[in-house]
Order: sequence, then C-alpha cells, then structure tokens
Amino acid sequence: MTISKLTRRAVVGLIAAAGIAAPAAAEVDFSGKTIEWVIPFSETGGSAKWANFFAPLLSEALPGEPTVVVKFMPGAGSTKGANWFQDQNHDDGTLLFGTSGSTQFPYLLSDPRVRYEYNDWIPVMASGTGGVAYLNAEDGAKFDGSANALKDTNFIYGSQGATRLDLVPLLAWQMLGMNVEPVFGIKGRGDGRLMFERGEANIDYQTSSGYLGGSAPLVEAGQAVPMMTWGALDADGNIVRDPTFPDIPTFKEVCEATDGCETSGEAWDAWKAFFVAGFPVQKLAFLPGDTPQEVVDAYTAAFQAVTERADFGEISSKRVGKYPVFVGDGSKSALQTATSVDDNAKQYVLNWLKDSYGVELN
Amino acid sequence: MEVFATALPALSDAWGLILQPIVLGYLILGVVMGLAVGVFPGLGGIAGLSLLLPFMFGMDPILGLALMIGMVAVVPTSDTFASVLMGIPGSSASQATVLDGFPMAKNGEAARALSAAFASSLFGGLVGATFLTMFILVARPIVLAFGLPEMLMITILGLSMVAILAGRIPLKGVAAAGLGLMVGTIGEADAGGSLRMATYDIPYLTDGLKLVIVGLGIFAVPEIVSLLRQDRSIAKGASLGAGWFDGVKDWAANIWLSIRCSIIGVVVGVIPGLGGSVVDWIAYGHSVQSTKDKSKFGKGEVRGVIGPESSNNAKEGGGLVPTLLFGIPGSGSMAIFIGAVALLGSGDIEVGPSMLKDNLDITYSIVWLLALANVVGTILCIAASGGIAKLTTIRFTYLAPFLFMLISFAAFQSGQNFEDLLALFVIGLIGIFLRRFDWSRPAFLIGFVLSNPVEKFTNQAFQIASFRFRDSFAAGMEYVFSPIVIILLLVTVASVILGIRQAKMIMAEGEVQSGSKRAPLIFLLVIMAYLIVALVNANMIPDYNMTDKIIPLVIGSVSLFCCVILLIQMMRRPEGDAIFADKEIAGEDASAPHGLWSTLAWFAGLIAATWVVGFILALIGFLIAFFRIRAGSSWQMTLILTACGIGFMCVMAGALNRDFPPGLLQGMVDLPWPLK
Repeated sequence: MTISKLTRRAVVGLIAAAGIAAPAAAEVDFSGKTIEWVIPFSETGGSAKWANFFAPLLSEALPGEPTVVVKFMPGAGSTKGANWFQDQNHDDGTLLFGTSGSTQFPYLLSDPRVRYEYNDWIPVMASGTGGVAYLNAEDGAKFDGSANALKDTNFIYGSQGATRLDLVPLLAWQMLGMNVEPVFGIKGRGDGRLMFERGEANIDYQTSSGYLGGSAPLVEAGQAVPMMTWGALDADGNIVRDPTFPDIPTFKEVCEATDGCETSGEAWDAWKAFFVAGFPVQKLAFLPGDTPQEVVDAYTAAFQAVTERADFGEISSKRVGKYPVFVGDGSKSALQTATSVDDNAKQYVLNWLKDSYGVELN
Repeated sequence: MEVFATALPALSDAWGLILQPIVLGYLILGVVMGLAVGVFPGLGGIAGLSLLLPFMFGMDPILGLALMIGMVAVVPTSDTFASVLMGIPGSSASQATVLDGFPMAKNGEAARALSAAFASSLFGGLVGATFLTMFILVARPIVLAFGLPEMLMITILGLSMVAILAGRIPLKGVAAAGLGLMVGTIGEADAGGSLRMATYDIPYLTDGLKLVIVGLGIFAVPEIVSLLRQDRSIAKGASLGAGWFDGVKDWAANIWLSIRCSIIGVVVGVIPGLGGSVVDWIAYGHSVQSTKDKSKFGKGEVRGVIGPESSNNAKEGGGLVPTLLFGIPGSGSMAIFIGAVALLGSGDIEVGPSMLKDNLDITYSIVWLLALANVVGTILCIAASGGIAKLTTIRFTYLAPFLFMLISFAAFQSGQNFEDLLALFVIGLIGIFLRRFDWSRPAFLIGFVLSNPVEKFTNQAFQIASFRFRDSFAAGMEYVFSPIVIILLLVTVASVILGIRQAKMIMAEGEVQSGSKRAPLIFLLVIMAYLIVALVNANMIPDYNMTDKIIPLVIGSVSLFCCVILLIQMMRRPEGDAIFADKEIAGEDASAPHGLWSTLAWFAGLIAATWVVGFILALIGFLIAFFRIRAGSSWQMTLILTACGIGFMCVMAGALNRDFPPGLLQGMVDLPWPLK
C-alpha cells in the first residue's frame, strides 16, 4: 500500500468520524477519582503545555468530573515513558498517556531502545501543528518562490538533532539542493531562533505557535523572510497551504518551482511520510490496550465535548494553535496515518541519516 | 528617549495593578506556598509551579502572575535554609552559599549566616528589579550581542573560579574539576548522540547524572555522615552565638559588596543559556578577591555568604529578560512559567517580543511582583531564622535519619528511577573520599555543572567560527575575538592569576593533617583508572562524531596529566607532606566515636530495603531501627519520631502529587498510596 492511499484512507476516516456523534457514555463514573495523564517529557516542553491545556477541560467533560493531573516521566527523549506505558494494563480507567512527534520518530526509524508498539494502544485524541521555514533578510531577497538562487549560499541552522523533528526541514532543504549545515546540540526551537537573531544562523524553522510568537515580529521588522510552510493535509491526503499561513507557499510549491526537486519518487515519499508523522498528527493521547469499550467511549465523548465547546476555537488557537483535533475513530485514523511509513521511505531516511550525518540507529 | 516616555505610564499602570489588596493577598499566598515547598532541596520551583498549573486556566492574569511569581521568587531564598543549616545545596543557585554558610552554622552562627543571607537576597532582589526597570527597554540588542563565543568565555570565567577554590595543592583542584567535567559528560552526547561511559543496557546512564544528585552526593552526604559519626550537634557546643540581628549588621557593613554582586547577578542572569549555574561562583570569586583578609573563607566568612546570596536573587530578575523578551526560559521553573502564562485569562499574553510593545505594563508588573515577593519572603524567613537556627543545637543523631529521608526523596524526584538512589550513594561515596583526602569538592562541582555548557558552546562556536573563517580570515577573527570576548578573556586571566596566589589561604575543608602515603595514593590511582577508562571509551567513538569525543579527550588528558604529576610528587615527597592530606589521621573524623563504614551502612540499608519493599515501608523500618539502636531512644520516643517523619513525608508528597520509589514488593502486589 502506498503512503498516499494510506493517508487518504486515514483522512477520509477523520472526516467521517467527525460526522458521527460520539456514543453516549454508559455507566462510567469517575467521581472522586484522580486521572493521571502521563507525559514522557519534562515539565518544560511543548507536550506539557498541550496536556496542561486539555487537562482542566477534560476534567469538566468526563462523567463525575474527576481531577485530572498531568504527571511527567522524562527520559531518553520520551522512550523511557513510552516503554513504561507499554507495560501498563487497564485498572480503573484513570491512566492516560500522551505522545509527541519525538515518540513517533524513533518508533518509525526502529530505534533499538523502542520497546513500545503504537498499535497495542487505544488512541482517544490527536492533534497537529504546522511549521514555517524562514531566511534572513539578505538571503531572503534572493528567494523568488524557488530555491534556485539559494544553492550557492552556505546556510547554518541551529538543530536539535537529525533524528528528531528537525529531520523534516533538513531533508526538505537538501531536496531543494540547498547547502544547510546543522549546528547540533541546541535544546529547543527557541534557542534556534535566538541563534538566528544573533546572526550566527541564517536559516531557521519554527512550529506554528513558535513562529507566530517569536518569528513573525522579525518578519514584520524586515529581519526575516518567510520561505515556506510544510503545508497541511486536505481530505484526500494532498498537501495544501497551511490554513494558518495562507500567504506562505508550501514546500511542495517551492519544490515544484525549483530545478532538480521532484514532488514524486522515493525522496518525496519519504519526506511526506515523516512530515505526516511529525506535524499534522503530532500529539496523541492513549489509553492502555485492554481498556473496556465503555471507558474508551467515555473519554471519546469527553474529548468530543471539549472540542465542541462554544469557545474552543478561541481558547485553543491561542494556546495550542488552530489545527484540527481528532477524537475517537478520527484519532484512530490519525494514528494509522502517523505511524505507517512504508519500508522504502524508512530505508531512504535511514540511509540519508547515515550518509549525511553519520547517524546509525542500531 | 521615546521609549522612556512610554515606560513611565506603563510603570505607573503596573503599580496600579499590583497595589490591590487581592493581588497582594495572592502574592503572599504564593510566597507562603513557595516557602513550604522550598524545604525540598532541588525540587522547589518546578514542583510548586506544577502544583499551581491546574488553577491557572482562565485565571485573571494579574492574580495568576502574583501567585506564580510569589512562589518562584522565594525558592532561591528558602533553599538557603538547607544550604546553611545542613550543607545541602538546594539548587544550582545556592551551591556557593554552602562553602561559608555551613561552616558558620557549625561555629554556632547559623542565625547570623541566615539573616545575612536573607538581607542580601532581599537587597539583591530589589537592586535587580530597579536595574531591570531601565534595562529591559534596551536589553534586546545587548542580549543579542552575546553569541556563542561570548557565552563560552563566561562559562570559562566561571570555570576559572577553580583556581581560587582549588585548595592547598592547586594540581589536586584542577584534577578534581577535570574529574567533575568528565563525570558531567557521562551519557548521550548532545551533538551527535554518541554514548560516553554509558550503555543502552543501562538506560539510566544515557541521560547523564542530574545536578541535584551530584550536589547532594558531593556536599550533603559527606557532611551528614561525618556529623553523624561524631554524634554531636551541628553547632559545636550546641549553643547559638551571634543572633539574627548580627547578620543584618554584617550585610549593612558590606553593602558595596552586596551591590556589586547584585549587578553581577542581573547581568549574568540576562544571558540566556547560562542561567544560574555560574552566577554564584563568579560572585563568590569576586567576594574572595575583594576581601583583604582571605584566611577565613571556607571556614565561616560572612562575606562568602553575602556575595552569592546577593547575586542569586538578582539573577532571578535578570533571568526574566530572556524569558519575557525572547520566550526562552532561563531555568526549569521559568519554562513552566512561560507555559502557565499562556493559560492565564483569555490567553492574550504571549511571552516574546510583544511583551515590550503590547504588554509593557504586565512586564513591569512581573518585575516588581518579583521584587515585592522577595520582600515578603525575606521578612518571613528572617522572622523564622532565629527559631529554625535552633535545629543546629539538636544532637545530630536525631536529625540525620530525617536528612537521609529528605535527600533520598529529593534524589528520586529528579528522575523517578530507583537508580537515582544508587547514583546518590555512589556520588556520596566519591564526595566522602574527596573530602577525606582534601580534594576540592567545590572544584569538582563547578566542573560538573559547567561540563555541558563548556562542551556545547565549544562545539557550536567552533563550528560556526570555521564557517566564518571559510568566508574570510577577517570575518572569522571578528566573530571569535569580539570586544566582549576580549574583555572577558582579560577578566579570566586576571582572576586565574589572583586566584592561584590566594588559593593557598582558602582551605574549604579546614586544616587537614597529613599522614601515611598508602590511602591517598590508592585514591589517586582509582581516579587515574577512571580517567583512563573514560579516555579509552571516548576514543572509541567514531571520528565522524568528532564533536562528541573531542571534549572528553582533551579534558580527560589534561586531568590525567595532572594526576601523573601528582603521582610523581607523591612518590618523591616524604610522608606527612601536605599532598598526603587525610582526614582520618587526626581531627574530628579520626576521633569520631563511630566508624565511616558502619555509619554509611545505615544509609546503604535504607536504599537496599527500598529496593525490596519500597520507600515508605523501608523508611518505617529504617527510622525505627535507627532511633532504637543508633540513637538509643525509648520505644515511645522512637515511635513518635517515626510517625512524624512518615507523616511529614506523606503530607508533602501527597500535596505535591509525587510518588515514592517502589520496590520488588510493589512489583508483585498492588498496594494503596503511599505504599505503592
């Protein structure tokens, strides 16, 4: 099965799921209980922000209004927490687990430390984000919708590591024929932006919320020029312009305009597979695999109620970005989309990591 | 000057926001909660803020800010209690306070040390806020002027404090710092992900050792064990000399030192990426260099308390600049703070560049709420210091089990692994021997703390510099030798030269007698063996990951070289030379009624029992056995004390929603909290 078929099926599933009203929760009552939402990252990251945003809303929406607390279990870039969750069984439905792109990528790349299996878990909610790449003013002036005039520039990029989400921008730039040298070892995208602002780096990318908060002001001040977004997926699984940034071309458009960059073939398939796993379905909430259906339904109904709040669009856009939140069957399809990469794409990326950065994952 | 024209109205708006009874009420509530949480070393700010997060959603922004800032602001103040009274560095901001604060407590001057520290904290916080009010308007370009070479130089300046703290044999100090640096490289490398002295079979090691554990192991464990062996109170003679008022007078007499260190605190705090790890060492170094009679440092010099404490609260203010203006957290608690701000109100306040344009009044409110929280927190702490200082007059055998309990719990919270406790024990053992043979423990800790920044900044600066040099030689030189780098370089050189001259007078461990060759020689050989293994291990990393191996190779070789010279000196010099310093030859440790190993066995027993039956059950057994057997208490006393300890632990952990280390038993049977 090709990726695009998979993607299409998944996205059609998402749309279908959104139409079906969530089933009423049957006799599940959490009164007086405490739900632990375990996040395999530290208190300080984006996943913490995501869970902390949803926790109080979920608490209001679940039957019996239990307390929802977010617990942190950082270690080995989320592998430790995910391995731990793999061993958990259903007890009384008070355990929820959250993952991010950093949990998906090692899984997709068959990192030897991964002892978890996404397909064993039951997804109840999924949400995504987008990303924007931008250039400094001097090189941005050479950008004409294609990367043709950028191929002779030496770019420096502050990176968190080639096997992380940074895989998506690094591979995209390479496909455009750009010469981007990553400086590894920074601790967050905020540090990367600071390196860009100091003039030490001359290319950068941020996720949507990071771009709106910190980089858009640089664009306004004329210090940065937006280059491209990674795009968003439409109902057929095609990459279209990111609704948050309708004026910025997608990588697909830039690639089409650039000599030597192909929007088909194994490089493109690999890039798209990892983009889908890292951005449109970035964060997922799971219940243990043996959770009874009525408990799953209760969570589904609760998340459904959260997304149907009259003020949800407003409060979520400011805190987690205005991207779709998938619930119930939608989250199942989303998981399917995010964790299925065909072997060719995977092998391509593994070879590329080894050739370009000397990274071997075994 | 138009910026200042908008600043004044914003400043008065800010005061209008702050000076409402309800806002002040929330601030005080936050401060009180912060003080209650602050007793846990190494946990304070992050645990407290996480506790508050669920309430932040949709809360009135100014009230939420008051509550959170009240809590964050008192952490560097409240962790002074642990630093001074127990010799436990509560956070990276209070490491240097231990050096003179704890000896003062041992001299019966705990109240004086505490109040001097609190007065300095308060003043530092206020100086920081005043400075920030002006500075924040022009801070952006200045922060951006600090690139990687500049940050590397500041880190090296911090590292140069090793020269002052090296002790009587400078080579030993350098080797200790090198060992600290090498221990800091354990785990997965930031740049290329290579493993250093770790394996995927022991996942715990791949994340590296945590500062909390190393701080507790190097400073707290050796002191607790030593005091316990001597079976006396912390304050010699169990009496309190100078009172809290003397401390305030000490601070007033050293007000200029306090001002200078506050400025150091704000300025270094402003630079993102360095955070608190170097500030207190630079302030301590400055305090030493600017004091005429250096002989009392390390033995209870009040200036050694005033300097770091003035700087660490000012640093919190400085740390707001990268947090608010760039959205880049300077510390763990600031990262949670940023996340929490987004939850406040209708989510309108977005931390980042817009804080100056659209939310200047909120920005000023944050700055001055921080200052006010310092005032409230300090007043509460000074009021309490006289009473709390009495702890130092209690027979230590009654305190020690509770301290073992606290440090074990704190260590476990850093990673939530049983291995945290093992690591604490092993590092504690290293700390005990460093102390025994007079190898500088502060130097080791500085090395450990700065290991990651040194490696990161060196690699990244080198990489970018090589790109610049590829463009042109001039561009490269301009990047590497900016005016800021040159100034910092001169300061570093001056500080090393002054430091080496003064080091002989500062004996952090007090007078240590020398004795036979055997024991110090064996310890040196063990260190050399570790360095050699680490070097071989680093050399096995493939060459395309040069960034992951170069720092361990260079640092390891330098340390090994120092050790070889020490070895040669040891072979040539006669027994009794200063190089053979050994605390077990004469002095308090040697004449202690209890042996090292039997004392340490109690701690080992607690950890082993935890492995089997989990922390709380192990703790019950440990406390009962300790009070009955070691302390010789009556059954009644034993049970009361045990109940107090367990109750305290459960209340705190329950309130903070923390778990305890589980054991084998918990793996087999499902037990209710707190036993689970």
